[in-house]
Amino acid sequence: MKTWLLIIVLAVGTVLMKTIGPVLAGGRQPPAPVTRVIALIAPALISALIMVSTFTDGQRLVIDARAAGLAIGAILLWFRAPAVLAMLVAAIVCALLRLAT
Amino acid sequence: MRLTPKAWPPGLRASLPLLLPTAAIGVSFGILAAPVLGAIPSIVMSLIVWSGAAQFGALSILISGGGTTLAAGTGLLANTRFLPMGFAIAPSMTGGPLRRLLTGALLTDASLIIGHREGGRFDISALAWAAPAQSLGWVGGTAAGVLGATAIGEPTRWGIDVLFPVFYLSLLLPELFPGRLKGSERPRNSRPIIVAALGGAIALVLTPLAPPGVPVLAAVAAALIGLRAPRHQVARPATGDHA
Repeated sequence: MKTWLLIIVLAVGTVLMKTIGPVLAGGRQPPAPVTRVIALIAPALISALIMVSTFTDGQRLVIDARAAGLAIGAILLWFRAPAVLAMLVAAIVCALLRLAT
Repeated sequence: MRLTPKAWPPGLRASLPLLLPTAAIGVSFGILAAPVLGAIPSIVMSLIVWSGAAQFGALSILISGGGTTLAAGTGLLANTRFLPMGFAIAPSMTGGPLRRLLTGALLTDASLIIGHREGGRFDISALAWAAPAQSLGWVGGTAAGVLGATAIGEPTRWGIDVLFPVFYLSLLLPELFPGRLKGSERPRNSRPIIVAALGGAIALVLTPLAPPGVPVLAAVAAALIGLRAPRHQVARPATGDHA
């Protein structure tokens, strides 16, 4: 019973947080400073997600095989490799490093 | 109509590279969650909560002996980043409140990134079409994990977890270096680079200090740099958006 309550609270809460902005502020063009902030939310957020999904394990900061994979992927992307190729090579490098250690 | 990939909506095509890694993370969740939550609740959770951050957050609290309330709070905190994300996509949306509500519910990290266009605009159709493959991968992966797809072992051993940061990076780099990676002739703008560096730094510094979810939410604050008007006001490109 408690489990289902937890699931429902998480589901409803998540949908609320996703939809409050679209429902309240949808379709309206905000003032210029707000527009500039919105344009910068994606770079800030994406960068944070990259860092957290590469260099953390729970609440610890770590440098492991993922860092090597990301580095290879970054180099390939910088030289205009397709995203799928960069992802594939990064995963292979990461997996090989894990096998070796 | 032939369903060749070219005929598929752009958002759907853009989301396909994420199907496998999403499913792999789903398998991890299913393996970990089934003994704690039960088989059916674990799968239903992935279907209706549909958020790795919240689900892993809540689960790790339960596994470490925390109560349901703490688990719910942690899971919700992990998802607070959706608040600013929702306000970010709102100006690009059309239609009535109900339509915006339903579309907004399809928001995920990956769909925000896939739908993201220049100048803070979002392609809402691409954002929405990125949803099906992610949901399919997440729920399918969870079910496979619950049903004991332990044959492949812990999926993160295979380097699948690194697919996420590399995919995100493939969408971030053209935003930071449009001249090199998109052939765009927009004037050089170092602000996104500064904001990305700052956001990443905030997230890492706060990771050991704050509960899961808070570091990424706090990183969004780096975007507040945009409140100040750009110092070197360059002439807007003739074709630019009318922001």
